[in-house]
Amino acid sequence: MGAGRAELFPHGADVGVRGRGPTVGSAFEQAALALTSVVTDPAGVVSRERSVVECEAPDREQLLVDFMNEIVSEMSARRMVFGELEVTIEGNRLRATVWGEPVDLERHAPEVEPKGVTSTELRVAREGDEWIAQCVVDV
Amino acid sequence: MDVSRLTRIGDTEWRLEATGAMRVPVVIYAGEELVRDMDEMVGTQASNVATLPGIVRASYVMPDGHWGYGFPIGGVAAFDPEQGGVVSAGGVGFDISCGVRCLRTGLGTERIQKKKTDLADRLFEHIPAGVGSVGRVHLNDEAMTAMLRGGACWAIERGYGVPADLEHTEERGCMAGARPEHVSHRARARQRDEMGTLGSGNHYLEVQRVAEIHDDRAAAAFGLSVDEVVISIHCGSRGLGHQIGTDFLREMTLDAAHRGLALADRDLACAPIRSDVGERYLGAMRAGINCALANRQILTHLARDVVRSVFSGADVSVLYDVSHNTCKEEEHVVDGGTRRLFVHRKGATRALGPGRPELPETLRDAGQPVLVGGSMGTESWVLAGTTDAMGLSWGSACHGAGRRMSRHEATRRWRGRELVRELSARGIEIRSRAMRGVAEEAPGAYKDVRAVVEATHRAGLARKVARLEPLVCVKG
Repeated sequence: MGAGRAELFPHGADVGVRGRGPTVGSAFEQAALALTSVVTDPAGVVSRERSVVECEAPDREQLLVDFMNEIVSEMSARRMVFGELEVTIEGNRLRATVWGEPVDLERHAPEVEPKGVTSTELRVAREGDEWIAQCVVDV
Repeated sequence: MDVSRLTRIGDTEWRLEATGAMRVPVVIYAGEELVRDMDEMVGTQASNVATLPGIVRASYVMPDGHWGYGFPIGGVAAFDPEQGGVVSAGGVGFDISCGVRCLRTGLGTERIQKKKTDLADRLFEHIPAGVGSVGRVHLNDEAMTAMLRGGACWAIERGYGVPADLEHTEERGCMAGARPEHVSHRARARQRDEMGTLGSGNHYLEVQRVAEIHDDRAAAAFGLSVDEVVISIHCGSRGLGHQIGTDFLREMTLDAAHRGLALADRDLACAPIRSDVGERYLGAMRAGINCALANRQILTHLARDVVRSVFSGADVSVLYDVSHNTCKEEEHVVDGGTRRLFVHRKGATRALGPGRPELPETLRDAGQPVLVGGSMGTESWVLAGTTDAMGLSWGSACHGAGRRMSRHEATRRWRGRELVRELSARGIEIRSRAMRGVAEEAPGAYKDVRAVVEATHRAGLARKVARLEPLVCVKG
């Protein structure tokens, strides 16, 4: 997983997630970790299971929404939490390897369930020498 | 919101005239303080809705309006299919048919108070709540399809409740026009283990005391009297609805680009009602409504069992079940003629006035019960639909207090455990696994529900019937 940082930002009813990193891929990785942090502390997630996510979209913003929605769906359908990700982006295609484990109610103490990813405050852009990838998640 | 941008029409009505690409004006129903407290984004989002094809009369905002995605929360808009009208996945939201069901228990407050802790513990033990909770009903693909067609009727056929429960459930418990074949495998996978679960966030099951009656006749029709205890369940269509929203938001966004429809905001994603995508969405969304109705029916059954285990012989009956995230095809009077419109209510409760054929005989004189959830630890309300609201807002009213502070800010100001202690000292038992979630739902993070209800009443959108005070809250 590349360098960068994950952040949350305020939104009226829901929650904003933002990733920053030296590459667009690392910004996406950090955005997904910010999403995990809405549910539980990513540092407490053990990398027991590996899965692969692939997406393709007409532009980078939609690619971020699609990628984040894949993570939300995996969390919901397979009751997983993810603490480690590796994202590769080529053009408008994304391939991510994600590591995590089934949610453990005692250890992860999950707080809030993401329902889906919106295009509100959606942004994928270069700011100075770092990339930023952000959106608002409905919880 | 800066009120100088608005034209004041009356005590509780404000107008933002149509400019630029807006096809109709924005009409906001709220008192001055509530309008000033609204984020500027509410006006922006309601104005964006006003640009959509086929919108009729106005883009409305209810008194609890706040900043959402695409449509504002508390947004109401009707579209005419004969005028190129659209259906919008963003106008319904992810939590399709999220709503409130209110149950009468026939028990008095004094009786409940004596066993309140026991009742709270047993409800918490038996009602699956919070992230990662799993229901007791697990569905294979065939059973899932039957549930998506049958809604609450499906649940009752399987023993989760009694036929009388359907009488006072919107659509008599089964939404017509559901097309389970348009619900994706992913959506079904997300729902497999989630039937009969509350979910998280602002979803809850609350035991409440009728504290005041404001309209004796309507209260009698609704079977409410002071000091009686009711149970309100707030939840929706769970993972299935969330995935239907996700699938169609994407498809409609890309489809709009192909059709050359420039959306002011991607979350306004929509398609003509008379189009392949539009019709598939309506079929899937109606299946999502049935999922929510079945979910609240199973939760009713679980709650009924718990109440009877604590108070033997208790008669738990449904007062009403009404959704606040839907798009419904309804008949409305426009310019003296009747038209069939597709009314989107996003965080807004349907509030049909007296005489409407959708209402059961027992409620046809009083108007539809409008169930308004307050913030945790404050108060909730039962209102009644009015004839005036049919003309004012397509028969729609507020749905809750409405957030006034982000979750982010709420967790900086409050700690969950302290809130649980404070509320317990005030006689309100909170049960939750998510302490940060409790802080996010702190009463202070919401607008004053009483101000919202007063504005709704004064505006004529719905009239006050009963005020409810919480005794126990199982928070998702």
